[in-house]
Amino acid sequence: MLSSLRTMWHIFKHLFQKAETVQYPEQMPYLAPRYRGRIVLTRDPDGEERCVACNLCAAACPVDCIALQKDTRDDGTWYPEFFRINFSRCIMCGMCEEACPTYAIQLTPDFEMCEYDRQNMVYEKEHLLIDGVGKYPDYNFYRVSGLQTATKDKGEAINEELPIDTKSLMP
Amino acid sequence: MFEWGPIMLAMGILIFGVAGAAFLTWWERRLLGFWQDRYGPNRIGPFGVGQVVADMIKLLLKDDWVPPFADRMVFVFAPTAIVVAMMMGFAVVPFSPGIQIIDVNIGLLFFLGMTSLAVYSVLLGGLASNNKYALLGGLRSASQMVSYEVFMGLSLMGIVMMTGSFSLVEIVKAQENVWFCFSQALGLIVFVIAGIAESHRLPFDLPEAEHELTAGFHTEYGGMKFAMFMLGEYLGLMLISAMIVTLFFGGWMGPSLIIFEINWLPPVAWFTIKIIFVINFFVLLRAAIPRPRYDQLMSLGWKVMLPITLFNLVITGAVLLWLQEGGL
Repeated sequence: MLSSLRTMWHIFKHLFQKAETVQYPEQMPYLAPRYRGRIVLTRDPDGEERCVACNLCAAACPVDCIALQKDTRDDGTWYPEFFRINFSRCIMCGMCEEACPTYAIQLTPDFEMCEYDRQNMVYEKEHLLIDGVGKYPDYNFYRVSGLQTATKDKGEAINEELPIDTKSLMP
Repeated sequence: MFEWGPIMLAMGILIFGVAGAAFLTWWERRLLGFWQDRYGPNRIGPFGVGQVVADMIKLLLKDDWVPPFADRMVFVFAPTAIVVAMMMGFAVVPFSPGIQIIDVNIGLLFFLGMTSLAVYSVLLGGLASNNKYALLGGLRSASQMVSYEVFMGLSLMGIVMMTGSFSLVEIVKAQENVWFCFSQALGLIVFVIAGIAESHRLPFDLPEAEHELTAGFHTEYGGMKFAMFMLGEYLGLMLISAMIVTLFFGGWMGPSLIIFEINWLPPVAWFTIKIIFVINFFVLLRAAIPRPRYDQLMSLGWKVMLPITLFNLVITGAVLLWLQEGGL
């Protein structure tokens, strides 16, 4: 009986305490830069698509929400013909970002992606592709990879040495 | 004093009762929110009052569905019974001198009878649903209400002895000097607890205990029929509060009548203020007190409340007799 009255008094005192509630749409919560939200495809500093359609993100995805098709450019580099993420399945785990060898796929601090139509949750490449570089401003895959492209030959990449001439005896 | 015609007054009570019950749903949720360090409904309209309208629209537009296995007639009748019974209970409440539908000389008994009728609603609703959870809820509520009925009535007999009348107007007038909450403190405690159990509000809402019976007797109800149950519950809350004010806290009489002899608020205002205080107290009980187990509820009723009530009756009778003999 006495403990009940005590409880009631304690509860009553809460009338004068500030509510813990965050008034969400008016009062936005802080989201860390590394927050795992909506997925984007970034471009390299030259404005080209970073994605090389290697399919590693689709393989890493635990819920199989990523679908893409490889195509080849004239200079032999790969790019995704289509790139599709079904956000109604996506669990924002970030595995695709970890798997990506070119920093193309990245997660952003944005989670407000409600739709009235379920079909609208499926994002195509034009929805995913952004004009920026995302979290890695200077990174350009084709500048560091050994692949021969239209703009550079073998051995011209950053940190790369000229290929060894196996037919020569010189060191 | 403007004399209200009984029919007009009845219409007024009907409208104010329904509107008040709807308003109470919002008020209670808001208060509970504050006491639990959150806001409660605060989105629609000023302070979220529009929530009432939104809820009403939602309930009105819902599919009016009767489960195929239910006893159709009784199923539809049950929710209306509680509203009718509670509304009838308001007939004898003296809101202020002159504002009362009817002043019968057995007003107190009429009120007790009407609150007892409400048990039919719950019991029939549980039976007609043809669902095991609803049936268990109905059974529980029947036994809970019947056993709390006993000392709910008995706790008021002390007041009747002191007043010498069952008329509620007489009871209010007898509190002109001292409210009965002092002389009948035990009766007040018992009546409050029994009143909560009778209107099955939260600390004693075992008939609809969500954790074990889904929603108890109104498991199968939805839409307006469910809304009628809720309306009945809130009407019951208001009726019990009105009775507590009338019986123990001097009804329409403000404290100014005693201390300053200046009537600076109309009697209806005092009555309303007191009712609001009591309702807030009930909401506080809901926020603070955990729900007892069913056997605890029963043993509290029969092993604690009933002896207290009888003790109160004996003491009251003895003191009255002693005063009659000349006192000191």
